[in-house]
Amino acid sequence: MQILKKAVPQKQFQIDFADRRRFLKYSGAVLATGALLVSGCKDDDTSSDGSVKLGSGDVGILNYAYALEQLEAAFYAQVLLGSYYIGGSAEEKQILADIEKHERAHAEFFKAAIATVATPIGALEVDFSMIDFSDRTSVLSTAKTFEDLGVAAYNGAGRLLVNTDYLLVAGKIVSVEARHAAAIRSILDSDPKSFAGDDVIDANGLDRAMTPAQVLAAANPFIVTKIDASDLPG
Amino acid sequence: MTILNLIDKYSQFAEPADKIAATPTNSRRETFGKIGSFAKDAVLLGLPIGAMFLTPTKAAAQTGTSVLEVLNFALILEYLEAAFYETGLSSGGLLSGDTRMVVEQIGKHETAHVAFLTSTINSLGGTPVAKPTFDFTAGGTFADVFSNPVTFLALAQAFEDTGVRAYKGQAGNLVSNDDVLQAALQIHSVEARHASEVRRLRGSKGWITQSANTTAPAADAVYAGENNTTHLGVDAKTVVSVDVNALTEAYDEPLTMPEVLAIASLFIV
Repeated sequence: MQILKKAVPQKQFQIDFADRRRFLKYSGAVLATGALLVSGCKDDDTSSDGSVKLGSGDVGILNYAYALEQLEAAFYAQVLLGSYYIGGSAEEKQILADIEKHERAHAEFFKAAIATVATPIGALEVDFSMIDFSDRTSVLSTAKTFEDLGVAAYNGAGRLLVNTDYLLVAGKIVSVEARHAAAIRSILDSDPKSFAGDDVIDANGLDRAMTPAQVLAAANPFIVTKIDASDLPG
Repeated sequence: MTILNLIDKYSQFAEPADKIAATPTNSRRETFGKIGSFAKDAVLLGLPIGAMFLTPTKAAAQTGTSVLEVLNFALILEYLEAAFYETGLSSGGLLSGDTRMVVEQIGKHETAHVAFLTSTINSLGGTPVAKPTFDFTAGGTFADVFSNPVTFLALAQAFEDTGVRAYKGQAGNLVSNDDVLQAALQIHSVEARHASEVRRLRGSKGWITQSANTTAPAADAVYAGENNTTHLGVDAKTVVSVDVNALTEAYDEPLTMPEVLAIASLFIV
């Protein structure tokens, strides 16, 4: 219950994908009261201090991807509870509702797939206190950041994988993240070229690629849980 | 390396020569979806039948494809896309407003991909495949492709969604060169951004539900197998809490090199 002591508790919550129904029920209460949802750690790789260790080799990279998918899934789950989404246009609601499902499907799959070979990391505690879920620009700008970051993360992680079956799964997911990024950019930005804008695509026509260290640094403001990536390949 | 070399190497040679030779010449007008045999496509391309049997190496496709072969395969697709958008943008009255700006951005990337792949192949000591000659009407199936924006954008969607699947299918063949692998992934996600945008311009979702083909009826092969839900031996339907339509949207599926070439070859003369 340590996070109760934190100074900025609003909109902090923790996701347990094994109990999503309970999460949704309780997170409504989060919005209503500003209280916190804290679920206990179960059979995962979470240390007593609440930190998670991604591990080494391919499993480490899979846990890294799982961490990012958790972050995205938690974000969109919160988006769907916010007043921007609830009052949004049909097109934007469809896009965000779809993406929420996709990210949830990614996270839940990673948890199950990792569990067949190793121990997946536990549920991350996230901090979205800097996001205004009633504000369209705040929500969509964050979505743009997360989707572009996800694309760059997978693009940079491919070379770190040894098992080509894992590489293929990463490929199956990253193109969907890129589809998301384009759609979010398209509805957020006025420039018709933003879906694959010059801010992310270079002169060779290449999207961004980032190392795990770069990605985790960018994601760090949104993640309370300490993530130990020290054993990742790279 | 030419497209003929690639076709020679990766054709499955499933049909005997006499059967291939008997294929009606008007088969080119068949739909993507009806084209069941890659060997048949070689005939549609007008290739000499004998050329197909110079190197009947079915095993080669199963024992690994070299980095240079993958790059040349990708170059063919990028030539196709770049030429398609270049022609579209120079076709008076076809594209205007925001749609034109979208196509300009996509075309810029495809042209850059051609240059990048050519440079990469050269730097690795390979020989870039020659630019094919294209017929984007596919022998008349898409006769108004450069006069009707509806047809043009439908084909654009088919090409982009095919491109995503093509790069995805080759990632595993690039693991011997991390820099090339990463660059291919960086192109792959750009193609996916393009696909999403073109799909949405056309009123489709940016992602692929089940194996739904929302382009021309002729393009079913572009979406075949997109409804797969098993990854790493795990049927994701059993471990996720989303509906199956959303699940299939969440995972894009690969195509093999022969499957992609069978699609691309419909537009190569």
